[in-house]
Amino acid sequence: MQRLNWHPIGYLFIAPAVVLFLVFVVVPIFASLFLSFTQYNVLHPPVWVGLANFLTIILQDPRFWKAFRNTIFYVLGVVPIGISLALLLAVALEELQRGKQFFKVLYFIPTVTSVVAISVVWKWLFAGEKFGLINSWLIRLGLEPIDWLLSPTWILPAIMIMSIWAGLGYNLVLFSAGLSTIPQTLYEAAKVDGAGWWTRFWHVTVPMLRPTLIFVVVTSVIASFQVFDQVYIMTSGTGEGVGGVLDSGLTLVAYLYDQGFQRFHMGYASAIGYLIFGCVLGLTLLNRRLLKSRD
Amino acid sequence: MPKMKPEIGWRICLVILLAIGATVMILPYYWMFITSIKPPEEIHTYPPQFFVRHPTWQPYVDLFRLLPMGRSLFNSLFVATAVTLSNVVFCSLAGYAFSKLRFPGRDGMFFTLLASMMIPWQVNLIPGYLIVRSLGWLNTFWALIIPKLALPFGIFLCRQYIMSIPNDLIEAARIDGCTEFGIYRRVILPLITPALATLSIFTFLAQWNDFVWPLVVIHSSSMRTVPLTISVLNGQFGTNFAMVMAGAVVVTVPVIAIFLVFQRQFLKGVVLTTIRE
Repeated sequence: MQRLNWHPIGYLFIAPAVVLFLVFVVVPIFASLFLSFTQYNVLHPPVWVGLANFLTIILQDPRFWKAFRNTIFYVLGVVPIGISLALLLAVALEELQRGKQFFKVLYFIPTVTSVVAISVVWKWLFAGEKFGLINSWLIRLGLEPIDWLLSPTWILPAIMIMSIWAGLGYNLVLFSAGLSTIPQTLYEAAKVDGAGWWTRFWHVTVPMLRPTLIFVVVTSVIASFQVFDQVYIMTSGTGEGVGGVLDSGLTLVAYLYDQGFQRFHMGYASAIGYLIFGCVLGLTLLNRRLLKSRD
Repeated sequence: MPKMKPEIGWRICLVILLAIGATVMILPYYWMFITSIKPPEEIHTYPPQFFVRHPTWQPYVDLFRLLPMGRSLFNSLFVATAVTLSNVVFCSLAGYAFSKLRFPGRDGMFFTLLASMMIPWQVNLIPGYLIVRSLGWLNTFWALIIPKLALPFGIFLCRQYIMSIPNDLIEAARIDGCTEFGIYRRVILPLITPALATLSIFTFLAQWNDFVWPLVVIHSSSMRTVPLTISVLNGQFGTNFAMVMAGAVVVTVPVIAIFLVFQRQFLKGVVLTTIRE
């Protein structure tokens, strides 16, 4: 590269973006790392405690492990069910001669809606006794109404049902785009070979959809692992903290919020943040490996 | 022509499935709206009523009277607009520099930017809050706007798009004596309008709906954004379902309107921004 061809004005063009990036992304990443080795309550200067935060979290903090288990349960429920439903609907959509765009738009609406709005609506749908719409259906089916939001058993499934509903459209649109790139000739060839619909789905559609599938799985796992907004809204008003009754709705990010912004254990919360970071990184690598090895 | 012609039974099942799915998608929105115009005595009834006998706008009146909802709407609109405009300018500028201008350290800086998108936002939440706090920006527009002025996503999007512009076009402008800023204004900007449209819609909606950041840096009622006000409403008036649903309608209607108007660009943009992985 010749010096003559350099464009120093480029520095000026990237300056605003880079300065903001340094101040609000790079500095925080290192500050967070530093804080995770300290005890810090905002009022007094941080006190260096070494690995104490991490050791306490991992060895002696039942709330962290509760949040961890809840998060894993949430991810294992939301991701497979959500993706299967989205794929099923996307394949069904391909069968339509017209109206594809209409359905896509319809399914996509929750993706553009504020999660806070969605959560308050579902809170009302899940309302206890016989007044919530969902409970009124349960009663009609001859079942007992469920106290969804106050029951330690049902709060998490309630949040999961809502999240699956809210995430359908995004994955549906991605799958739909993937499906439209599969050449028609492959299906014709499979048909000539006498392959039934299911065989064609399993041996043509799924393999051809792999890139989309990998992307959707990875992003869904990461996004659900960081679930917060709906947990915050759906568990509030239960008279308990962010996690709801007995922390049964507590997820990892909700726990970070609880420690950091309700108890002002900023150092401890930063350590939780880095543990989440580690998990997300691990999950990404694991996902990629799992999905690649299945050739 | 249908792609895979399944047996007729399968097809009917799939269409029924789509119709059920569509009903399930719409129902919460319908329920939200119908509840928001119900008088109190029609809300706690069994069985729940799908129609309203005496519709009332009282919940909306209460919403704007008991809470600073008007102010929240202004705050949300102001923040989302400011962030969107600045992202369009700063991200396209940076995107141009990162893709077409040569200077030492360029690729290293871009790679760092890209890598940072892998880091979950919670890691930055606490130090971000502390920085904003030490600048004295808590409960101000600064806290809501400044950290978001040029988001990595936009820089990435613009760079990808500008890369596809032929270098000859830029060289020709340079030979004609155009300054680099002139090239950016007269050659690049007109060519990347579709990308900027996508970026604007995405940024605006993301900011309008953003919840965690305002939750952390805003504590005074007059500075709240709409989602934050609804969250407070949910905590304080949680049993007044008509009012809470009215709040949900207020935050939802503008984005659905924007989405319906720009649906094609929007859905295309969703695919475009992900496919490069």
